[in-house]
Amino acid sequence: MGIQTWTFIIVGITFALYIGIAIWSRAGSTKEFYVAGGGVSPLANGLATAADWMSAASFLGMAGIIAFSGYDGSVYLMGWTGGYVLLALLLAPYLRKFGKFTVPDFIGDRYYSNVARTVAVVAALFVSFTYVAGQMRGVGVVFSRFLDVEVNTGVYIGMAVVLFYAFLGGMKGITYTQVAQYCVLIFAFMVPAIFISIMATGNPIPQLGFGSAGEDGVYLLDKLDGLMTDLGFTAYTDGTKSTTDIFFITAALMLGTAGLPHVIIRFFTVPKVRDARKSAGYALLFIAILYTTAPAIAVFARTNLMETVEDKPYAEIPSWFTKWEETGLIAWTDKNGDGKIQYLPGTAIEGKKPLFEVGRGASGERLISNASSSSNELYVDRDITVLANPEIAGLPNWIIALVAAGGLAAALSTAAGLLLVISTSISHDLIKKQFAKDISDKKELLIARLSAVLAVIVAGYFGINPPGFVASVVALAFGLAASSFFPAIVMGIFSKRMNREGAITGMIAGLGITTYYIARFKLGWIGNPETSGADNWWFGISPEGFGTVGMLVNFAVALAISSFTPKPPEAVQQIVEDIRIPSGAGEAMDH
Amino acid sequence: MDKQQRIKYWRENLRYLAILLLIWFLVSYGFGILLVDELNTIRLGGFKLGFWFAQQGSIYVFVALIFIYVRLMNKLDKKYKVNE
Repeated sequence: MGIQTWTFIIVGITFALYIGIAIWSRAGSTKEFYVAGGGVSPLANGLATAADWMSAASFLGMAGIIAFSGYDGSVYLMGWTGGYVLLALLLAPYLRKFGKFTVPDFIGDRYYSNVARTVAVVAALFVSFTYVAGQMRGVGVVFSRFLDVEVNTGVYIGMAVVLFYAFLGGMKGITYTQVAQYCVLIFAFMVPAIFISIMATGNPIPQLGFGSAGEDGVYLLDKLDGLMTDLGFTAYTDGTKSTTDIFFITAALMLGTAGLPHVIIRFFTVPKVRDARKSAGYALLFIAILYTTAPAIAVFARTNLMETVEDKPYAEIPSWFTKWEETGLIAWTDKNGDGKIQYLPGTAIEGKKPLFEVGRGASGERLISNASSSSNELYVDRDITVLANPEIAGLPNWIIALVAAGGLAAALSTAAGLLLVISTSISHDLIKKQFAKDISDKKELLIARLSAVLAVIVAGYFGINPPGFVASVVALAFGLAASSFFPAIVMGIFSKRMNREGAITGMIAGLGITTYYIARFKLGWIGNPETSGADNWWFGISPEGFGTVGMLVNFAVALAISSFTPKPPEAVQQIVEDIRIPSGAGEAMDH
Repeated sequence: MDKQQRIKYWRENLRYLAILLLIWFLVSYGFGILLVDELNTIRLGGFKLGFWFAQQGSIYVFVALIFIYVRLMNKLDKKYKVNE
């Protein structure tokens, strides 16, 4: 059977599975809709959190980013895993003990203030919308690549599927679909990785394989470093970013991870405090399986690429190369007219994507109109690293189809988790808590469902008409989460003295300075664009890493302001006492 | 649980947090970032040690840290009879 047929079969089966689970796990109350009834086992919650966390970007993009940035890619590996240690030790158990539905619930009650709650809701909505816009686009792109439909059609199909189980099941439906989605995506990621590791080094464990030697007895990493430095690239195991920048980016990603509402909210779904701790452990374990395999794939892919193409005649190139050239994800221009591919440092093209012309060059390659003046002749889209792997390894068609299903599972599970945060923020934190305090549970559930529909439509709109800032989504979402939620929640638990005035001014200061910095140096919305380059960064910190500074500002402002404003009331200090003791967590409850 | 007990329980918890977070900082920011060049002179099979910590070792330690914390806290909860 062909790849296309296999893809339809496997994607069809997985979708039927997700929809079946959604029908089986319909939500009957707001408690089921918001926190899956608070009865999810730590293991299931760990699986669901892992799927929720790992987006299409993790599944398809990360290995590629690492392959093309070497050591610098470590910021994502450490940054997107280390945050779970903070979550497990500093946040999850206490928030579970607190026992409400949302992050703004905690902020609002702990800081006895509707203003604090509103700041938290706005931040939660902003973070989730920036994040979900990228996800819906990702869903569309994955569909279009594998099922051969338009990107927009892909977004519509994705919207319909997510809507179905988010509308019916809320958190309950999403949780159990995510468990299934994790299984699909990890299987799809590991099978090609294991085969490629065996091919490259004879070791079936990719994590060990990329530290082993190939057939020629040379360690793979040494070989790759050698190949790269010979051609003038920086060695793979050395970075090009400054140590300061690596430090700050890693910290911003960790703190942001621990502060993202769609991650935190998952720990409200387990029955007990000890389950919250344990399930953070499971979540990180399941995430680590993919995150420790990705750098191995990156090394195999980069080595393979360098060996296969550099200084080789185009006429003798393997067929996967020309196949991806047809899709526009690889482009080659014979700048020096020798018929061979020169793969050197520097960008091969002007702009971001190659612009193809009609007609073929002397060697049969597709012609492009925007070749750059550098001597590098090869353009490779990083995303093909994972996608092309099975083909490069010569694996059967059904495995290639499996990768498609895995990519879709990753994109859908993350989108669904974010949409739930958005709908909960609207129905619970805004409508129930601010405007209609005495609505019945049934009515609130209906509003939650309608908010989910609204959230899907808005997210779909952004997926089809992506705003210009989608590329900066990572910097933005993580920076804002790191500079607002993380400090506010940590101080709410670990400092009895922290009061309303301190927390609110801290959050606003942290959010404000981070937003300003990103708008100034990443988006170019404020100030002179000519001075927004890396030379003008404060302390050499890139916008991606500035969330760390925002967090420090938040802490500093909050501590300063709270020291000369009144103590929190007795009842609030009692809340803090209570959340520090695990027993008697009861179920996540309404109030 | 009386006030004395609460304070003692919380102090022990904070002590665990301090130790575990110190290790957390050391393996990632220490070994993987600040000391990476020094550690890269040491080899672990085909890996330079600093590079290995940045792309593999730190993540394994993170997972271990959480499960160690779970064990420590379960014991502590039992000791102070606040387990469920």
